[in-house]
Amino acid sequence: MPRAGLRARNHPAWWAFLVHRVSGLLLALFLPAHFWLLSQALRGEAALDGVLRWTEQPLVKFAEIGLVLLLAAHLTGGVRILMLEFLPWRDWQKTLAALALGLCLACGLAFALAL
Amino acid sequence: MSVLQVSVWRGAGDGAYQSYEVPREESQTVLDVVTHIQRHLDATLSYRFACRVGMCGSCAMTVNGVARWTCRTHVSKVAPGGRLEIAPLANLPMVKDLVADMRPFFDKWAAARGSFVPTATRRDPFAAVKPDSPERRAIDTAIECIGCGVCHASCDVVAWRPDYLGPAALNRAYTLVEDSRDGARRERLAAVAGDAGCHACHTHMSCTERCPKQIAPTASIAGLKREVSRALLKGEL
Amino acid sequence: MNPRREAWLWMVQRASAAVLAFCVLVHLATMIFAVRGGLSAAEILGRTRGNIAWAAFYGTFVIAVALHAPIGFRAMLGEWFGWRGRSMEMAMILFAALLGALGFRAILGVVS
Repeated sequence: MPRAGLRARNHPAWWAFLVHRVSGLLLALFLPAHFWLLSQALRGEAALDGVLRWTEQPLVKFAEIGLVLLLAAHLTGGVRILMLEFLPWRDWQKTLAALALGLCLACGLAFALAL
Repeated sequence: MSVLQVSVWRGAGDGAYQSYEVPREESQTVLDVVTHIQRHLDATLSYRFACRVGMCGSCAMTVNGVARWTCRTHVSKVAPGGRLEIAPLANLPMVKDLVADMRPFFDKWAAARGSFVPTATRRDPFAAVKPDSPERRAIDTAIECIGCGVCHASCDVVAWRPDYLGPAALNRAYTLVEDSRDGARRERLAAVAGDAGCHACHTHMSCTERCPKQIAPTASIAGLKREVSRALLKGEL
Repeated sequence: MNPRREAWLWMVQRASAAVLAFCVLVHLATMIFAVRGGLSAAEILGRTRGNIAWAAFYGTFVIAVALHAPIGFRAMLGEWFGWRGRSMEMAMILFAALLGALGFRAILGVVS
């Protein structure tokens, strides 16, 4: 059975969708762990410090940059969708996707530099 | 090169690609290639066309994985390496070879209430639709749709949710929602709302990317989302 | 399959998205600022302990996320994994409850 495949999907808005959905999925899976980590403060300041020390490892720091990129990507992609759906239609939609990507990367860079 | 290697889908759902060699010509379109195969190589090949000049949309097929009007697709543009893969339009049942069953496409058109419901009689004065009113301008490109099925074939949500009404049906519904003369607004908004309707559109914009008439169904569907929301908040849905 | 219900879900999804756009901007800025010179419990708690404003901010954040994420998941599960119907809807309600409960527990942890 012939299928459309990647050839029909290779355009900016489609990639923007994929990034948005995958980043949302990964963030949603990450959140419970994030909340659990912070709730360690209920056991006292030392307990929270203990968990924070664990996050000092280079691999975790690297993952944190990834998470910030995911969050920035999901935010910028989401704002793009809100603009497409609620603002009057304009023909520079592709530019919106590029703009979203640019802002996302800038954010990730800012975080990485701050580390 | 002087010869094209053409892979054409033969049969229906359980069919397969068959290879043909077609002489390369100047200004050749994919429809020319299909016609050559049927006339000179294999008379059993079934395919659709009508106007041959990019007005009717009958010749829509999948060319190298992308839905196109074959009469408006130059071989030089899509097959620089001399290889073509031609299949029927996606997301529709196959009848035979390059012929897709358009019935589900038009069934969805009807399900989205894509037909005008009049409110005036012959005794009423002519309806006045101002050409520069926001409602009329919002549907200016959308009313050009000729129901060719390219957008429906290009939409991944249609592929993932077979009951999704699809870009063409929803685009048509939008043109009627914005038509001040139409009398079925409430029923139509109810028909296009929900997971099988406008709310399933994720702005992939493949429809807008592929429409041979440069219509943006994504824009119409966004308009429907806003209209449905308005009706919902007013308790009119 | 109720179009009105699904239309409401869409609206809640978009409304929570607008709230989250604001919350995430603040959160990203806070993180970029806070992560300088390393993270410590003292620094985080010094900012949040007993602070009603932060509590209100994170409370809004958690509610918005608990609404936004499950509705987003709903579309993906139906389209990519073919999971639709009552069992999926129930699972999403549970997911929302989980995010809400864990989120408020975390806020309690850093504010009290």
